[in-house]
Amino acid sequence: MQTSFTAEQLRDPDIQSSNKILRTCVHCGMCTATCPTFVLLGDELDSPRGRIYLMQDMLESGRPATAEVVTHIDRCLSCLSCMTTCPSGVNYMHLIDHGRRYVEETYTRPWHERLLRNTLVRVLPSPSRMRWALTAARLAKPFRALLPGGVFGSRLRAMLDLAPTHLPPRQVVNGVHRADGTRRGRVALLAGCAQQVLAPSINAATIRLLTRLGYDVVVPPSAGCCGALTHHMGQHDPAMAAARTNIAAWSAEMAGEGLDAILINTSGCGTTVKDYGFMFRDEPEQAQAAQISALAADISQFLSRIGYAPTRDPAGLTVAYHAACSLQHGQSVTAEPKTLLRKAGFTVVEPAEGHLCCGSAGTYNLLQPEIAGRLRERKLDNIRRTTPDLIAAGNIGCLTQLAGAGLPTIHTVELLDWMAGGPRPAALPA
Amino acid sequence: MLALPEPKADILARRDEIVAGLRAILPASGVITEPLRLKPYETDGLPAYRQIPLAVALPETTEQVAAVLKLCHSIGVRVIPRGAGTSLSGGATPLADAVVLGLMRMNRILEIDYADRCATVQAGVTNIGITQAVAGNGFFYAPDPSSQLACMIGGNVGMNSGGAHCLKYGVTANNLLGLTAVTIEGDILHLGGNHLDAAGYDWLGLITGSEGMLVVVTEVMVRILRGPEGARAMLAAFRSNEIAGQCVDAIIGSGIIPVALEFMDRPAIHACEAFAHAGYPLDAEAMLIIEVEGSVAEQDDLLDRIKRLCEPFEPLSMRVSQSPEESLAIWKGRKGAFGAVGRISPDYMCMDGTIPTSRLPEVLRRIGEMSDQYGLKVANIFHAGDGNLHPLVMFDANDPDSFHRAEAFGADILKLCVEVGGCLTGEHGVGLEKRDLMRFQFSEPELERQRRLKDAFDPAWLLNPAKVFPLQDKPRQAA
Ligand code: SF4
Ligand code: SF4
Repeated sequence: MQTSFTAEQLRDPDIQSSNKILRTCVHCGMCTATCPTFVLLGDELDSPRGRIYLMQDMLESGRPATAEVVTHIDRCLSCLSCMTTCPSGVNYMHLIDHGRRYVEETYTRPWHERLLRNTLVRVLPSPSRMRWALTAARLAKPFRALLPGGVFGSRLRAMLDLAPTHLPPRQVVNGVHRADGTRRGRVALLAGCAQQVLAPSINAATIRLLTRLGYDVVVPPSAGCCGALTHHMGQHDPAMAAARTNIAAWSAEMAGEGLDAILINTSGCGTTVKDYGFMFRDEPEQAQAAQISALAADISQFLSRIGYAPTRDPAGLTVAYHAACSLQHGQSVTAEPKTLLRKAGFTVVEPAEGHLCCGSAGTYNLLQPEIAGRLRERKLDNIRRTTPDLIAAGNIGCLTQLAGAGLPTIHTVELLDWMAGGPRPAALPA
Repeated sequence: MLALPEPKADILARRDEIVAGLRAILPASGVITEPLRLKPYETDGLPAYRQIPLAVALPETTEQVAAVLKLCHSIGVRVIPRGAGTSLSGGATPLADAVVLGLMRMNRILEIDYADRCATVQAGVTNIGITQAVAGNGFFYAPDPSSQLACMIGGNVGMNSGGAHCLKYGVTANNLLGLTAVTIEGDILHLGGNHLDAAGYDWLGLITGSEGMLVVVTEVMVRILRGPEGARAMLAAFRSNEIAGQCVDAIIGSGIIPVALEFMDRPAIHACEAFAHAGYPLDAEAMLIIEVEGSVAEQDDLLDRIKRLCEPFEPLSMRVSQSPEESLAIWKGRKGAFGAVGRISPDYMCMDGTIPTSRLPEVLRRIGEMSDQYGLKVANIFHAGDGNLHPLVMFDANDPDSFHRAEAFGADILKLCVEVGGCLTGEHGVGLEKRDLMRFQFSEPELERQRRLKDAFDPAWLLNPAKVFPLQDKPRQAA
């Protein structure tokens, strides 16, 4: 498409990158059909093509973002379904990341919005604060009905609803976990932030499975949140700071005993770590960041690469595989998890509309509960039609979003670990 | 650059009244009026032409459509119907004093009748949405334009869309059974039904391909077909466009009708391969995708005969798809072809014309010559089996001179189609893009009869004016 940035504007590297992306879009509209918000809302403005147009106008004008544009940018799930569909190779992810950052920098949100966002930015990436907040939320649940109406109240309600009634005990995984038997290699695991608190069993299963397969698994104590949560909220500095800490921690490991891979078992984080190379393109850590992005792999990719075989007899269970957007669209990892689950002896079914987001999308279900709720119901309807015994997914956000509907939601790696000698996942009824 | 008619000052002056009228009919989210939010509606799949409309209305029911049209008619406001906005001929380009009537919220499947093999859906259901709704029971909807993922059935009716598989199954008109449509006065018409020949005039024939200028289609009843036992695609690579063109001619001339016979030249092959990773022959100058269907024995027999027909043209390679996944990838490349060209050029103009298949080699050669003459690259992608050409003229929209050359090049291609006995349009309609070329195709008396038809439905020319007919010789439209 035609763009009209001035030479002056094009000196800004972010504008330069976005200009290139905008020039790649041919406005064909293919992406509209697979965009969850367009499917639900039926408005060009809530489609990828419409958002691209709105962002182009916003960036070209150089004026502060307006409330109208922010509404439509905020409604974007960053599910990246549009990128899978786009035949022209438009990098919508980098464009919307730039757009969100521009919004944060030029637009003043209403006070309750700011309060909510600031709270999320402080709480979610920190396991200890997150624990504290979830305990508070659990205590507040009985008072749900007393919450005010309106946007503010509905969001608080969404938060309370998502908070689990029961928190698993804290488990520390920092340190080095040695390979069982012959050592085949050494990998780093991103322990994550929210996931550690909500479902420590995922990291435990990952470490058991990898050490059993002969890998040293190192979780550097200084590594922490990958930065995705803040990055997707347009909060550039905290996101970069978080990423920088991880880059330093992993680089030290690479320089030390070395790493064969940096593994991520929360695909939302994986998409961001794989993007570090781009995020740091103009930073001193550029080379290390790019190296880390190249080493980063989803756990399912790595297991497919090194080979996985079950040791138990098939459990006779039908698994509805829910493809997390960050995995299928963000990282184009589609076949591996299903192939592994089948190898492990499960019957794998794929619900219709697998390309549509479940509504979790990082903090989306907290910030846009109405759309997130409609997507959740739609997803669950499609899943129920396949009459599975359980739902498997590779992303904690989706697992939380789809929980509580009468079907166990379990991380793929827990199922794989179980079939290879690990414990039966606690979420599975005996 | 094609001109749009001057906005009517009296209509612009009554903007608030029009918006208030729309708000009384539709929910708040269904009326868009702020300039910033109107902007993404200023264009469709032909972004070279842009105009911010007066307002956008997004109805959810036929009754709301009727109420909006009635309102617009009473005030004299022009109305631009819009589906998914994927038109490549500017069929949904707005006017400054017009209301864009977007039908994308009308996306419900209304009824599926397997016994009588028909489906009734709202106009905003996507083309592929119909097939998806019936695929579980082994049925499909045959016309498959390349944009089938996104384009909506209402627009398919408006443009009489085709697709790769139309070689065997025909275009939209051949698969349409009935319509619910609304006139500019707001009257709701029910036309056709589940029978082959309707009483009276051939309404469906008249409305199909009328480009939103006669009525606004809100519901569509289509024929659904039982899927074939199986299908297999084959790729044949050739040393030159002309040789591939001769091969197409030989296959069609032999009496074999494959379900699809598609042509791509070198630039197209490379762009599509980068998107679909389908194993296209990158060493070839031209490639054919040939698909056959039926039982395995039938497929084998047909593929054998086709291979033998190809051999005299010394193909560089011939590859038959070995699995459904392989076929899927082959088609993914072809269906994403237009967008994929966005990888090799920032902008393109997708032309759409039809020629007798026997003239294919000659037309391809002359397009190549014009490409040199205009200094613009062209990628050729088309439904070779039915002679429907889609040359994609590549240009740079940030360079006005390159755009003007592209316009002239495109026009010359279409004139060439008419000259060799073909037609200006294949399946994208005339829209805005080919409006001024209509005089190469039709004589004045022919054009005048078509205009009178428009008069009969819409005497004030409020529905999608400024399209299809040359602007300057039509005072009624420009007035
Ligand atoms: S599919 Fe790609 S090129 Fe087409 S409109 Fe969407 S982003 Fe643009
Ligand atoms: S990221 Fe998802 S929600 Fe956002 S525009 Fe793309 S498809 Fe739509």
